[in-house]
Amino acid sequence: MYRYDDFDRQLVHERTEQFREQVKRRLAGDITEEQFRPLRLMNGVYLQLHAYMLRVAVPYGTLRADQLRQLGMIARVYDKGYGHFTTRQNIQYNWPKLDEIPDALLDLAKVEMHAIQTSGNCIRNTTTDQYAGAAADEIEDPRPYCELIRQWSTFHPEFTYLPRKFKIAVTGSPNDRAAVKVHDIGLRMHQNDAGETGFEVIVGGGLGRTPFVGKTIRDFIGKNDLFSYLEAILRVYNRFGRRDNKYKARIKILVHEEGIDKIRELVEEEWSQIKDGSLRVDDAEIAHYIEQFAPPAFETLADDDADFERHKSENRRFANWVRSNVIEHKQPGYAIANVSLKPIGGIPGDATDTQMELVADLSEKYSFGDVRVTHEQNLVLPHVKKADLFALWTALDADNLGTANLGYVTDIISCPGLDYCALATARSIPLSQRISERFSDLDRQHDIGELKIKISGCINACGHHHVGHIGILGLDKRGKEFYQITLGGDASQDASIGKIAGAGFSEAEVVDAIESLVTKYIDIRDGGERFIDTYRRVGMDPFKEVLYGDR
Amino acid sequence: MSLQVVTANRLDDGLVVFLTSDGSWSENINDARTAEGKEAADALLAEASAPELDIVIVGPYLIDVEQQGSDLMPTKYREVLRTKGPSVREDLGYQAV
Amino acid sequence: MAIVKNDSLIEQEWITVDAEGDLPSSDENLIVPLERFKEERDSLLGRNGGLGVQLNPGDAPEDLADDLDRLSIITVNFPAYTDGRGYSYGRVLRERMGFTGELRAVGDVLRDQILYMHRCGFDSYDLKVEGEVALNKVRAALKEMSVYYQPTGDGRVTAQSLRERRRAALGQKAS
Ligand code: HEM
Ligand code: SF4
Repeated sequence: MYRYDDFDRQLVHERTEQFREQVKRRLAGDITEEQFRPLRLMNGVYLQLHAYMLRVAVPYGTLRADQLRQLGMIARVYDKGYGHFTTRQNIQYNWPKLDEIPDALLDLAKVEMHAIQTSGNCIRNTTTDQYAGAAADEIEDPRPYCELIRQWSTFHPEFTYLPRKFKIAVTGSPNDRAAVKVHDIGLRMHQNDAGETGFEVIVGGGLGRTPFVGKTIRDFIGKNDLFSYLEAILRVYNRFGRRDNKYKARIKILVHEEGIDKIRELVEEEWSQIKDGSLRVDDAEIAHYIEQFAPPAFETLADDDADFERHKSENRRFANWVRSNVIEHKQPGYAIANVSLKPIGGIPGDATDTQMELVADLSEKYSFGDVRVTHEQNLVLPHVKKADLFALWTALDADNLGTANLGYVTDIISCPGLDYCALATARSIPLSQRISERFSDLDRQHDIGELKIKISGCINACGHHHVGHIGILGLDKRGKEFYQITLGGDASQDASIGKIAGAGFSEAEVVDAIESLVTKYIDIRDGGERFIDTYRRVGMDPFKEVLYGDR
Repeated sequence: MSLQVVTANRLDDGLVVFLTSDGSWSENINDARTAEGKEAADALLAEASAPELDIVIVGPYLIDVEQQGSDLMPTKYREVLRTKGPSVREDLGYQAV
Repeated sequence: MAIVKNDSLIEQEWITVDAEGDLPSSDENLIVPLERFKEERDSLLGRNGGLGVQLNPGDAPEDLADDLDRLSIITVNFPAYTDGRGYSYGRVLRERMGFTGELRAVGDVLRDQILYMHRCGFDSYDLKVEGEVALNKVRAALKEMSVYYQPTGDGRVTAQSLRERRRAALGQKAS
């Protein structure tokens, strides 16, 4: 894992001091709220419904045990004992006090963390596959490139006042777990005909009020050229992106209005002028970063473990957890363990201070001190010996972290919604809780199979509802919460934007509506089909009929 | 005739507050000074927007309320949540005490 | 209303004119908007006083390619600090087109953006505060950070090249 050197540390330290001064100036009345607002936002400090909110970056979703432990400590000391992991692989605290935030940031800096560029019209935290460095299907670990992107984008002097926020996601695997096609730039690692590894570059994806699946601007860019190519895209966007209307300011709109061919022409022209410049990263430097993410000291093991098999056959709950939450590792004898933050009826993505500390401890014991945050709001211990899985699960389960539901209907993504968010039009958490309770039966969940429900509390789509197999958008209709259902969204390599099924439902009706969709799917699915496959085969009509009948 | 009060978030801790009759800020909506009619409401908001309050509170605005017995109750659910706390965490926010 | 350049306050020696209307006498130093420069190029170049051009958001610095050595100053307008187009113009002018004259930020120029402007090639700042206050703001802004990740044309050494140097030095010692 990447460790800060003195340069990184110095930079975060200077920033922390700078923000402390800015808060002091604000509290003393030397600067107004209007002047202070952009400064606090650049440091991840929002003002929400009930209090301030602090968004802390988890670069490419990777945490060390000491960092996660510190996040737990911060939840206890500066907040009310919990934090919320988000679809951006970040963590948000809901109750920090402005006059204490500089101290919280100092405590974060001690473990090489910060809140820089977690808001504002700049390049945000780069996200990636939560299984990076562990997945059996990966071409190469994407994190060295993510770290290089992190450095390139941190306080980029040219790109700090873009038309709008800018999000980059990277996948090193053909099975996209990072939703790269719905980001401003998505990078998909692959090999070209010459056998070199590089990236397909996808631009103009996004969610929000006008969702788009991104388009390929370049099929292959070599690793050495990646950064100059990113700079070229950003420069074209900074110069030509719309600034007259904030709802049309994302790069997706530029790509949509000008067409991908025109944008490609501009980017290639720009790139041709800078590609041999100082942003070209040579192999030696890349190797240096690859080394920093070198695999941990795996033991040479047989792939199966007799005790593991025995526990599975003796303990049905453990077997269920393995079936849904444990994923194949590239190293024989090891596995990837997903820690669900979606207990039945719980708040998706929330973790208490002690839960964070427990997972930190367990990661040290069983996973080389390595923890990941997923965009589906769960945690991952990426490198666990199969022989240790039972002990790990037992410890997780004792603290309500052993829910066996990864990818199932109760593994719901939900944004904070009106319970916390100042922009919300409806609540989203209670709805996810009701759905989760309705489908709590594990056999039933397993029978339903993979089904991704994603809920947003307003059109900004922080809960990814556009790319949920079933998406739910909370709206306000004459002072009452109501919910619009979309079907057929997908955030994977087969990305698609869901279609609105029809008129919205009241809070009371919507859980029944979801259940009727699921029942219909079970009725009409062909063997082995997931919900999304059935939807793609039969289309909207059969589902519409169960929702609305003759209505 | 609609009844309104002014709410904001306090600068130092960010918590929800309401403008009271003596010009201070309270965490309890029942302490809020009410205004009836547009003119009174505008005056109330103007008072809350005075530049010197910029180091006390952030973002003052008017909300509609109803008198329910001895309590003031916002008419919009968003504002009800602000006077109580998250509906999904009844142990947190003002509702907890 | 103070202009800071090279760590000192300088006098305003330029008159910035609008896109239309009469021009001051021929020996005044003028800054004209790019549009007007393009329309009246020959007559403007024939005047006695100094000549500069102002770029507004949406303008293309490339339009000045043939005339850069005739311009002593280019001002880049930031109508609102949130409009970041001028940063790209600065880098294109300096790093690609090789402009060596004065590059001045005008408009909504605030302390918290000055370091970024400097990194993008600006060397003077027209601030809306007076004399010493402006100078102190620029000084404070320029020394707030000391680590830079991105290579730009500003001559600052990046963290990456410092790391390389260090590695090279360690390598030498080791061998
Ligand atoms: C709580 C304060 C939050 C605010 C004020 C906020 C604001 C916004 C806004 C305005 C947009 C629309 C951007 C656009 O279309 O240009 C957006 C999109 C998004 N936000 Fe949030 N959000 C918040 C919380 C979150 C949380 C908790 C998450 C993660 C769970 C999140 C993740 C995202 C994602 C994934 C998108 C859609 C992708 C995109 O178009 O950028 N946000 N947010
Ligand atoms: S989708 Fe809307 S309600 Fe949900 S977090 Fe984003 S801005 Fe808030």
